[in-house]
Amino acid sequence: MSGAQMTNGLSTRAATKLRERPGSKPNDPPTVVDQVFTGFTRTSGIIVLGLLVLIAVFLFREALPAFREAGWSFFTEYRFDIGANNRKPELGVLGLLLGTMVVAVIATGIAIPVSVLTALFITDIARGRARQLMIGLVDLLAAIPSLLYGLWGFAFLSNYIPSVSEWTSGKLGFLAVFGVKDGGQYIQSYFIAGTVVSMMTLPIITSICREVFDQAPPGEKEAALALGSTRWGMLWNVVLPFGRGGIIGGSMLGLGRALGETIAVSLLLPQIPSLSVHVFEYGGATISGFIANNTGAQGLTLAGLLGAGLVLFCFTLITNFLASIIISRSRSGAGVDA
Amino acid sequence: MTNIDDRIAVDLRGEQITIGRQPDGSVKVEVINGRGEPLAGAVLPPLADSGQPQAHTTGPQTISGTTSADATPAVTVSGRRAVGRSTRKLRPGLWTPADVGLVLGSAATAALVVAVVLRQFFESPGWLADLSLWFVLTLGLVYFTAREQMGPLAARDRVATLVIGSGALLLVVPLVSLLGYIFIKGLPSLRLSFFTHDLKGVAPGSPATEGGGLHAIVGTLEQAGIALLIVLPLGVLTAVFLNETRSKFRRPVRIIVDAMSGLPSIVAGLFIYSALIINKPGNSPLFNFNGFMAALALSMVMLPTVTRTVDVVLRLVPDGLREASLALGASRARTVWSIVLPTARSGVTTAIVLGLARIVGETAPLLFTSFGNTLLNGNPFKDPQESLPFFVYRLVKLPSATDSERGYIGAVVLILIVLSLFTIARWAGRPRKAKTRSPRPATDLLTSATGRSS
Repeated sequence: MSGAQMTNGLSTRAATKLRERPGSKPNDPPTVVDQVFTGFTRTSGIIVLGLLVLIAVFLFREALPAFREAGWSFFTEYRFDIGANNRKPELGVLGLLLGTMVVAVIATGIAIPVSVLTALFITDIARGRARQLMIGLVDLLAAIPSLLYGLWGFAFLSNYIPSVSEWTSGKLGFLAVFGVKDGGQYIQSYFIAGTVVSMMTLPIITSICREVFDQAPPGEKEAALALGSTRWGMLWNVVLPFGRGGIIGGSMLGLGRALGETIAVSLLLPQIPSLSVHVFEYGGATISGFIANNTGAQGLTLAGLLGAGLVLFCFTLITNFLASIIISRSRSGAGVDA
Repeated sequence: MTNIDDRIAVDLRGEQITIGRQPDGSVKVEVINGRGEPLAGAVLPPLADSGQPQAHTTGPQTISGTTSADATPAVTVSGRRAVGRSTRKLRPGLWTPADVGLVLGSAATAALVVAVVLRQFFESPGWLADLSLWFVLTLGLVYFTAREQMGPLAARDRVATLVIGSGALLLVVPLVSLLGYIFIKGLPSLRLSFFTHDLKGVAPGSPATEGGGLHAIVGTLEQAGIALLIVLPLGVLTAVFLNETRSKFRRPVRIIVDAMSGLPSIVAGLFIYSALIINKPGNSPLFNFNGFMAALALSMVMLPTVTRTVDVVLRLVPDGLREASLALGASRARTVWSIVLPTARSGVTTAIVLGLARIVGETAPLLFTSFGNTLLNGNPFKDPQESLPFFVYRLVKLPSATDSERGYIGAVVLILIVLSLFTIARWAGRPRKAKTRSPRPATDLLTSATGRSS
């Protein structure tokens, strides 16, 4: 009782009155400089917002004729005929979408183990120079233009992959996906494209994994070592379980990157949309690669390409969105910027 | 086969390669054909108390297997001689030269076995099979020797470390191969004239040293420069807006920036093409195939990434610095200008330079916008313009060998530009030693004070 009165008394006898009423804002107006600053930054923020929204809206508006023309068959038809020689273009995005998925899945499938191992190497095994060098190399991998990856895959790797394709296809050919028809060629296949694209998804998956592994609680790592665990035991029992969310999220970001890959794929695939997927056989198309190979499109074809681009954008958006949710939800990923 | 205690076997169409540990502690690698007859083999000796380890081999090969000879006496564990197993503390994470030697020896042995088996006796299915078999054999050899030295737990750690290291190597090898390949293809024909000539009067099929890529280099610099001029103020200001103000628009801006960073670059180019070049709003002659349109498409790609990375960098500036500045009476603008941006300077520079490095090599947005040109066009606002990625993309697809060689020269120059931008970024982002501005030493104050008083 008396204590409460004491505090009451104390609070009423507080030194200087800071504000008129508790909760009211300070009534000194911001200076001109601050007003200008706020104005400037807000304007640029709103300009960016407006620009990007405008782009999204325009993209949709420009693609609308294709949706209207093709209707639902835009999503169910696999042929995408650009309508050369005054034929009526046939617009269907399914075959392209399927090819895009196949390339992205192959690429991420190859990239995940390499990325996770590299990230572990950087965070827990390499020391000093080697560590700095590896970090630099991963960054460099991200800085190399995709055109050069495509060039390398097109001119160099294509000489070495077909023998692998042929052997694997010979062993696993009873599954239709791996099969190659008699006399079919092994060049320009989904597998080659996926291998090259995997190089481009490596840096993003590695850097997310690295950030997440770095945040594994040091207390638990030391506890594992103190209990007699080997380093591998510590990695397996502490770091990897903590990093699971990061591995999944990073892989999905890598998938998003692989979906939008353009130039390398346009050099590596013949861009013939089809519904049957034979990963080792000549053939295949992806949305972005198909768009790149049809420069100078007009009218309805252009609208169809924009529609395909929009579909691709939606898929990338969903993938990235899910990835950032997974990374931010995972305990390990606290503070990671997806 | 019966005398082999632990072993792993790799089956190859009926023939087997086995790696086994024998009761005396030695590790035996054997190649056995379908009828059970040994074809070749090697024995890595037990880690004896003394004496140099020597590999006993049969078959046409030599072995260079080094193993770490441990000086501690052999300890008998449960009636079995645990050869060379040390009673010292095990440190499997520590790699002594002997351990490295063991790995190298195992790798060499495995390489020989693979060479003998797949190249001499059978037809190899391909390079990947050779490589995988070699890798598995090496791991097996390392596992069994390390197990002999230090027990299964430590051996597993060794193998896991090796696998992780190989994973990292798997990332480096293609990178080196890529850079090496492009340099080997392009560098021999790179002449100084490449930087001073365009493709004027160069017939298809004329030697690659003729003509040059001046027009492409000029185009790339102009387009990247314009894109930078657009993105730099907008991106940094937007990042400041996201971080340093309390506006209610921050959330939508952040969401839309995140979303647009997933926009495939080809769609950006397609959009500029469709919205500006085909539609020609206001019938302005500006909206045609030219370098400026390419720069617009490039800045669409660059803006979200730069904004996001600068945003992340600004977030790393400690709040204490901001609060200290505000508490000292500085305005918000002053705080951002004098405290936040200088603190984050290296990060912001890195973000911008890396963004630049990315768009310099970006090809997809250019396909629909700058259209390419074989001649020098210094005016980015009029007529199609070439750029380096475009130059490379167009030329390497041509059937003539000299033309594609010319493309590789362009690729070398492109790589050099990207590498130098990358180096600048690394240099700008390097961890700086804190500049300590030491206050005047107290003694100094003291003497001046006393001097004044006296």
